[in-house]
Amino acid sequence: MHKTLIAAGAALLLAASPVISPAMAQKKSIKIGFVSTFSGPVAVIGNNMRDSFELALDHMGRKMGGLPVEVIYEDDGFKPEIGKQKTEKLIESDHVDFIAGYIWSNVLLASLKPIVDSKTFLVIANAGPSQVAGELCSPTVFSTSWQNDQTPQAMGLYMNSKGVKSVYLIGPNYAAGKDMLKGVASTFKGKVVGQDLTTWPSQLDFSAELAKAKAANPDAVFVFYPGKAGVQFLAQYAQAGLKGKIPLYTAFTIDELSLPLQKDLALGVPGAQEWVNDLPNDANKKYVADFIKKYPGHKPSFYGAQSYDAANLIASAVNAVKGDLSDKAKVQKALEKADFKSVRGNFKFGNNHMPIQNFYLQDVVKDAKGDFVLKTVATIVKDNQDSFHDKCPMK
Amino acid sequence: MTLFIEQCLNGLQFGLLLFMLAAGLTLVFGIMDLVNLAHGSLYMVGAYFAATFAAWTGSFVLGAILALGATLMVGMAVEVIAMRRLYGRDHLDHVLGTFGLILFFDEAVRLIWGPEGLSLPLPSWLNRSIQILPGFQYSAYKFSIIVVTLVVAGFLYALVMRTRIGMLIRAGASNREMVGALGVNIKLLYTLVFGLGAALAGLAGLMQAPILTVQIGMGENILILAFVVTVIGGIGSVRGALVAALLVGFIDTLGRAYLPNILNAILSPEAASTAAPALSSMLIYLLMAVVLIVKPEGLFAAGQK
Repeated sequence: MHKTLIAAGAALLLAASPVISPAMAQKKSIKIGFVSTFSGPVAVIGNNMRDSFELALDHMGRKMGGLPVEVIYEDDGFKPEIGKQKTEKLIESDHVDFIAGYIWSNVLLASLKPIVDSKTFLVIANAGPSQVAGELCSPTVFSTSWQNDQTPQAMGLYMNSKGVKSVYLIGPNYAAGKDMLKGVASTFKGKVVGQDLTTWPSQLDFSAELAKAKAANPDAVFVFYPGKAGVQFLAQYAQAGLKGKIPLYTAFTIDELSLPLQKDLALGVPGAQEWVNDLPNDANKKYVADFIKKYPGHKPSFYGAQSYDAANLIASAVNAVKGDLSDKAKVQKALEKADFKSVRGNFKFGNNHMPIQNFYLQDVVKDAKGDFVLKTVATIVKDNQDSFHDKCPMK
Repeated sequence: MTLFIEQCLNGLQFGLLLFMLAAGLTLVFGIMDLVNLAHGSLYMVGAYFAATFAAWTGSFVLGAILALGATLMVGMAVEVIAMRRLYGRDHLDHVLGTFGLILFFDEAVRLIWGPEGLSLPLPSWLNRSIQILPGFQYSAYKFSIIVVTLVVAGFLYALVMRTRIGMLIRAGASNREMVGALGVNIKLLYTLVFGLGAALAGLAGLMQAPILTVQIGMGENILILAFVVTVIGGIGSVRGALVAALLVGFIDTLGRAYLPNILNAILSPEAASTAAPALSSMLIYLLMAVVLIVKPEGLFAAGQK
């Protein structure tokens, strides 16, 4: 009886799959691979990105260019070598049309070569290593985030405006950490009195670095610690007696995902960001409201916003070529137009396929319900382009 | 000068914390001849219990005490249920069995507490800095870790050197078979020692929890260091574990603090800032290599025949 049922089911499945007519032989669906971190302590970031990507697909009826969209999510486990394996699997065995995602610059740099070699279109939704904006730029590689240096550069400008004369820099020792500290030093006009790079991601006790920062007695401390490390850093900053004594300036350290754990330790600590949940444009209002509706108890973050934009960017190009991805040059042209409504408002690509965009000052406040929320305070820079675009040969 | 004192205190604090972990590890290895990779899981369980109980009771100290008791129970339960079947077997079986326990604990924690991790907020009287010497501020919490671990280390010393149980523990570390042959209830002793080791690991975990966050897999990184400490100190020797833990703590912290400056003097700033963190995280392993060459049994090897 069982076997008969299974056989019948299999036959039905076969019958139900569409017969391939010659006219649509080349495409039945748009296949997208999405690489992010879905396990371990930073899984919360990857999940936020996936949730936002799914929400974007819902908003477009899960179709691009009239074809159904199939997304394959792959977990990089927070490790460059695993990210590379998963990327190769997406290209070689799944034959995806687009790859999106990547939180970590080191994971992206490890995975970049197979993507570029296979001429698969890549839309980076977070990582922004300087190499990809400069000498490693490629016609098929796009970003809906930023180049790593940009956000800390905005923070450097803000510190100038606050009259900060000396700063101590602390960040993790990997591709993004190095970019970030260089970025803030490039726009900050005062003196960098000291700098520490810590082992990433294993080192979570920053007491030795904080003691040095305290002894250097700077006007300010600048820090970049994404994910859980940011929670730990703020806690230890208070425990070391530095909170309230030396003002802290941040990039990617306080966001909607870390704030529920940081709570009042984050109050009054400014950060720079290209997206904040309260940006007053219609696309953003829709994204934020529908995200909260679809995922109760969760909040959209900049990681999610960039992923939402990534889905919409891909859709804009697929729609423009009516689902026919055979001509790569046409798809590239369509992507370059960035013909979609970004949740951050204005959005256009530079010559290196990195966004030219505004950076905002965000602050942590308590809302009416007593929850900690991020809000936009000011625009630090308008239409900012990364400083590596002239090193990009784009060929 | 105050910077140097502060870095030394940081090293002392980290070393003492490692000692809490390594003491349990070395006791279990020395007395039961058992390689326990799941020791880090007990560290994690202690942290999760503390975060949960502190949230329930609303008191950090009460939560910590309850968590300590709970981790002790979990440790003894693990010994009775799982570890007993591993004694007398090959070390490879221990590694396989206790590695399985790591997977079990990680998954159990994921099922009970979810994948996101918890935070253990400190009460305001600990979440600040205090004046230890005139003009010298230090983290109140780190200072209290030093005090608590010193007290526990003193208690351990008294327990091992001055009590009947301690005598049996030392005897067990030197010659297991003979202790059994003399009619000592070796089963009970094993359960007690394993529970004690678990409680020490749990204590380390719950004390580290407010500095780090409570998350799955938090025990694995520090377990490697605890093994390094055990190897340097000599397997089975609590005194060796203390000395080695302090050595590792100081070298790690002072390396991170001063190596960049030293390298800056020799190398270009670019190269120094890249090399320093890499080199300072290698220092401990270099120390271990040197100790293994000079004294392959460790600094204070127990049970030498």
